[in-house]
Amino acid sequence: MKLQKASRYALYAVLHLASEPGKQFSTAEIAEAYDVSIHHLAKVMRTLVRSGLIESVRGVGGGYRFSGNLRRTTLWDIIHEFESLESDIDTPDQLSGNARVVISGLDSVMDEIDGLNRATLDSITLKTLLRYGDENLEREIQE
Amino acid sequence: MNNTNIAVDIGVAREADLPAVVALDAANSGAEKPDYWRDILARFTQEHARNKRYFLVGKDPAGNLLGFIVGEIRAWEFGSPPCGWVIALNVTADQREKGIGTTLFDALCAEMKRDGVTTIRTMVLANDKVNLSFFRGEGLAAGPYIELERQLD
Repeated sequence: MKLQKASRYALYAVLHLASEPGKQFSTAEIAEAYDVSIHHLAKVMRTLVRSGLIESVRGVGGGYRFSGNLRRTTLWDIIHEFESLESDIDTPDQLSGNARVVISGLDSVMDEIDGLNRATLDSITLKTLLRYGDENLEREIQE
Repeated sequence: MNNTNIAVDIGVAREADLPAVVALDAANSGAEKPDYWRDILARFTQEHARNKRYFLVGKDPAGNLLGFIVGEIRAWEFGSPPCGWVIALNVTADQREKGIGTTLFDALCAEMKRDGVTTIRTMVLANDKVNLSFFRGEGLAAGPYIELERQLD
């Protein structure tokens, strides 16, 4: 599974804001922290505001802050704003004989994998993800 | 010690808890299953049957049911060494996010650990976001086994 750039940027942004709920960050600050394009990130931020996951704060020192529920919002809640994670086997419309059998079999396997991917992403809340990160870093420091 | 925002008393389920257990399960699952829970209660709590089977309830100080958890230790299914299984977990909807599920889960883990297992496992519907995210939050992740099934036509 390879996430599209917009999904990755959205994960960076929402998780960055969720790591300090209540605090606001500008698009430039987030883009710099993750070394990503500020222009592409700005488009992503607009979609995230429309989805209700983040809110924009106007005025001096304005920016964005997290507006979801840390314990309820999952990684999939963010990603599905940008993509469906459905594997697409690029095939011609007209197939016959063995080709139909092969493609039909491959489609069912891909559906199964896609379902598992979505279920995994929908089982991990932002709070859990941030805890994974903390624990991993702690372990690395101890080693 | 309770890891909750509210006081929870943990104890082994009793016959008198059955109506509240059935009602809580029905409220969360949409199906009332009194016979099933009576059978589980008998098999998981009778003195002779309790060995490696656990049915714990969490109550408020007034004795009202806040939640329950059921588990057992299974061994050597497709080569798996003895392992704790959580087979049910329910918390009253209006009392969630107060740590009741965690208190019940911790109590079950402590009992299973005392009985010799080092791994705990469960199986949850892929679209059951509440339970999936709860268990993820408790540190469970995909393990070495994959659930497979088919329709018996």
